[in-house]
Amino acid sequence: MADKSNELEVSAGSAVARPDRLQNPGFEPEHQRVTDESPAREKGAERGVSFLFLLSAILSVAAFVLNFIFPIVPGDLLSTRLNNLFVGIAIAAGLLTLGVGAVHWAKALMHGHELVEERHGTRGDDATRSRAAEIFTEANKESGWTRRRVLRNSLIGALVAFPIPAIALFRDLAPSKSPQELLNHTLWKKGVRLTRDPNGVPIKASEVTIGSAFHVIPETLGDVEEGFLDEKAKAAVLLMRLPLADLNEAEDRKGWSYDGIVAYSKICTHVGCPVALYEQQTHHLLCPCHQSQFDVSNHCAVIFGPAARPLPQLPIAVDAEGYLVAQSDFLEPVGPSYWERAR
Amino acid sequence: MTVATQNKQSSGRGMRFVGGVANYLDERTSLSGAVKFLGRKIFPDHWSFMLGEIALYSFVVILLSGTFLTFFYEPSMVEVHYNGSYAPLKGIQMSVAYSSTLDLTFDVRGGLLMRQVHHWAALLFVASIGLHMLRVFFTGAFRKPREINWVIGFGLFILAMAEGFTGYSLPDDLLSGNGLRIIDGMVKSIPGIGAWISYLLFGGEFPGDNIIPRLYVLHIMLLPALVIALLAVHLVLLIVNKHTQFAGPGRTNENVVGAPILPVFAAKAGGFFFLVFGVIMAIASLVTINPIWTYGPYDPSPVSAGTQPDWYIGFADGMLRLIPSGWEYVAGGDTWSWNILTPIIVLMVFIIIVAIYPFIEAWITGDKREHHIADRPRNNPTRTAIGAAGVTFYGVLWAAAASDLFATHFRLTIEGVIRTLQIFLIVGPIIAFWATKKIALALQRKDREMVLHGYESSRIVRLPGGEYQEIHYPLDEYEQWRLVSYEEYAPAQVRPNKRGKITVGTRMRASLSRFYFEDRIAPVTTKELESVHHGHH
Repeated sequence: MADKSNELEVSAGSAVARPDRLQNPGFEPEHQRVTDESPAREKGAERGVSFLFLLSAILSVAAFVLNFIFPIVPGDLLSTRLNNLFVGIAIAAGLLTLGVGAVHWAKALMHGHELVEERHGTRGDDATRSRAAEIFTEANKESGWTRRRVLRNSLIGALVAFPIPAIALFRDLAPSKSPQELLNHTLWKKGVRLTRDPNGVPIKASEVTIGSAFHVIPETLGDVEEGFLDEKAKAAVLLMRLPLADLNEAEDRKGWSYDGIVAYSKICTHVGCPVALYEQQTHHLLCPCHQSQFDVSNHCAVIFGPAARPLPQLPIAVDAEGYLVAQSDFLEPVGPSYWERAR
Repeated sequence: MTVATQNKQSSGRGMRFVGGVANYLDERTSLSGAVKFLGRKIFPDHWSFMLGEIALYSFVVILLSGTFLTFFYEPSMVEVHYNGSYAPLKGIQMSVAYSSTLDLTFDVRGGLLMRQVHHWAALLFVASIGLHMLRVFFTGAFRKPREINWVIGFGLFILAMAEGFTGYSLPDDLLSGNGLRIIDGMVKSIPGIGAWISYLLFGGEFPGDNIIPRLYVLHIMLLPALVIALLAVHLVLLIVNKHTQFAGPGRTNENVVGAPILPVFAAKAGGFFFLVFGVIMAIASLVTINPIWTYGPYDPSPVSAGTQPDWYIGFADGMLRLIPSGWEYVAGGDTWSWNILTPIIVLMVFIIIVAIYPFIEAWITGDKREHHIADRPRNNPTRTAIGAAGVTFYGVLWAAAASDLFATHFRLTIEGVIRTLQIFLIVGPIIAFWATKKIALALQRKDREMVLHGYESSRIVRLPGGEYQEIHYPLDEYEQWRLVSYEEYAPAQVRPNKRGKITVGTRMRASLSRFYFEDRIAPVTTKELESVHHGHH
């Protein structure tokens, strides 16, 4: 009763109370299932459920046996597929018959009438609540939590300070160098040959026909022992040759290309996917992740999509043997933006 | 001896044994108290209440299959040359993580099956949590006293996505590596500390050789521990609050009507576990998922067109795609990558609104009572319309994650698809809100009509005067009750507080209340019903 009175005091907010609302008519008369009315149907349902359980057991054993009928033969992909298919289907069928059997048992045979349980307010009753409050008061008195202020505050201070050592502990999640330095440099430097990805064969300028595109890595990448992928993730380059008439080069970058051959970082300036799709006719590069598009004829300026900056250009030249080489490293960090990037 | 007496004797022995065991346990654990408390707890029945169960059971399947996978998978980024049984990759350099995933796929009995079970179950897990949340939202089952459990469930949804993403990355294949690359790019954009966070997360430069073992620890220890802890609290609160039920004859806010845990609910739920498991197993044996052997090991240089994340990450990826070009500014040497920060902020705001919605609605209605009757979505048109707007917003982002596939499959330009979706992201939710509210109000009007004038019988009668009329049959009192028993709110009035002031909060609350409840259809009252019946006679 105490619960009820508590509930009545609670505000109903802007809910509308209508005294003349329709009244709950009470429970509908129960309707009988076929298994309640016909003993034959009941017997049938019982037999059906037992059959399903039995079938489930047989199927589980069958799944075990099928492992031997369709064994995995090393090197034979078809055998893996067949093993996966037949064993999986048998297990699935075993599980499904078990599930259907249990649900059918509950629906057709178990006592079918709905039962009613009373709800009580979620809050504890008044006696419990006042006892809880009393406990806190007693604990407070016995410990002096509110009385001994200095003591309490110094405890809070100690607890706040206690995780501080962790900050230092977690510093060694990464090496002691700072990331900005690493992000600023790639393997490219003066005289490093442009080679094919992934086999590392150097590229002669004469091999780069108009309209072709090469996926390029620096020649020195092959010598990298530690952090091979880290270096590749920064140094990957796309090499393309455009008809000279299509190439609009800025004055200060005229010397960065060779006879219409240009090299640009392959790492998207958006979030770093490889900008791998080259559209030969329009000279557009498309990033397959978020569809940023870059115009190769205009220094890879962004023409569509979420990227904000052009792809960095790698200045290239030709060495004495006719191979393409880098003139220097990239003159700006490659890949996605970060806070200190422009410094 | 007859068969009957033999049976009786053996069952007597069986019962004595069970009784003995029960006594043994109870004397040591007080188990009878738990059985008394839980054994006959009532669970109401409705198909939509099973969505949460699907989430729970697929999580169990994930735990089972995931444990199997840990016996074979090695979370190491040490580079090796593959020498397993999948011929096309023989001799290729790859991480141990990737090669052990290949071995477990091709050389371990049931390895491929368990990988596919694990992946499909994970997709189902996140999907069923999402649908379960929609059910709770649209029926108002988040109202007092369940607001906290809504927030816990929301936490589980976020954890499920984190579990999905970390797990998806573990094989260290080309696709998942690109996913990590995108995360790296997003992390780097964080103002001030982005480069450092990425550096610490990856243990050096991207990709480094630490990220896979780190994600592994998160994936199999930290995140599952959190999921299990929150799940436990979620279920305890479900027991404490008892389940909501839909309005119906005999059902009130003070009772709960349905099947007891023992035996009916236990049999149905237990059977349903096997059904969920069976369906996942059937899909896993018939439909390939994440065939990592066709992607190859991670390499920062190649990527193929049409790459897609798992479905639940799609909305975030889609948001990244919808930002127009050039949203990046350098101010005083500091780079602000608004093309990445905007999506992060928009998505954060979106999910925070989802998390705190129960408190917003409670503040607007000012209703402090407990609510145990689930709303029919039509009976709270504004809430339902807000939900529809949210679903539309999410749906547009989700569609955007497949913008390139729309373009290639339907022969559209990628620019056209993106621009259309950009417009839809803003206009779509507004249209959805407006249309849903209209539909909900119309359905409420139809319900009123049915209560007052009965339902159409399809019997056309010609009256003596030549007029045709369709006969309406009245509803019985049980049907009527289902259609009229809902809460009704009026817009709150702006009233000065005790100090005679009208605060900004009061004004805001009043205008939100007007927005919510200005258009409303009142449930049929006894007076109305009487006057209509009077008119007929």
